Amino acid sequence: MLHIVNKSATERTALDSALRLATKGSAVLLIEDAVYAATKGSTAAAKIQSAMADLQIYALGPDLEARGVAGRVLDGVKIVDYGGFVDLVTEHNACQSWL
Amino acid sequence: MSDMMDDMEGGEGVVKKFMFVNRKAPHGTIYALEALEVVLISAAFDQDVSLVFADDGVYQLIKGVNTKGIEVKDFSKTYRALEGYDIEKLYVDKDSMEARGLTEDDLIVDVTVLDSAAMAALMADQDVVISC
Repeated sequence: MLHIVNKSATERTALDSALRLATKGSAVLLIEDAVYAATKGSTAAAKIQSAMADLQIYALGPDLEARGVAGRVLDGVKIVDYGGFVDLVTEHNACQSWL
Repeated sequence: MSDMMDDMEGGEGVVKKFMFVNRKAPHGTIYALEALEVVLISAAFDQDVSLVFADDGVYQLIKGVNTKGIEVKDFSKTYRALEGYDIEKLYVDKDSMEARGLTEDDLIVDVTVLDSAAMAALMADQDVVISC
């Protein structure tokens, strides 16, 4: 399963729910305002850090750049472009968007 | 009453303390951009305007933005133009900034960083507070 999260982790609970319910080995792609969670020093960073033990965490590059945080991404988070986004969708049997 | 008469006669109008409280990240929703439009309009009315950036709103002021990839307007530079409209009171909530791993050096404009007590006092002192 590919879990797609687009809400800020410091405003909504979407990321918490996605990380809580994603099964081991699943992928989580952070897009739009969810990308802030993958930045160093944010309160959500610890959640991503511990989630990386069981999950693959991706963040969408263009959304990081648009928010000025491309240089702050946590080690271990894989940055993908739009092509990589499409690849992730095709590689997984299903997608779950946490709107 | 005398204030009202002044207004009607085109004399010195009433100056109220207006505060815009920005609490949303840019781009993900339209709030930040729309708030900026309203703030620029308010400048035309010669009011005492303050801008507050709290919670995810602090992200609006981050430096080094490049919106080419998502094909939307980069309005972060507009914050630097506010000074030209005599909007110079920009306040950032300290707790919100620190919770996001940011410092004043990461911000695109000069701001005054306030702790909770100072922010609370400033908010309580306003005539009109608009949340966006």
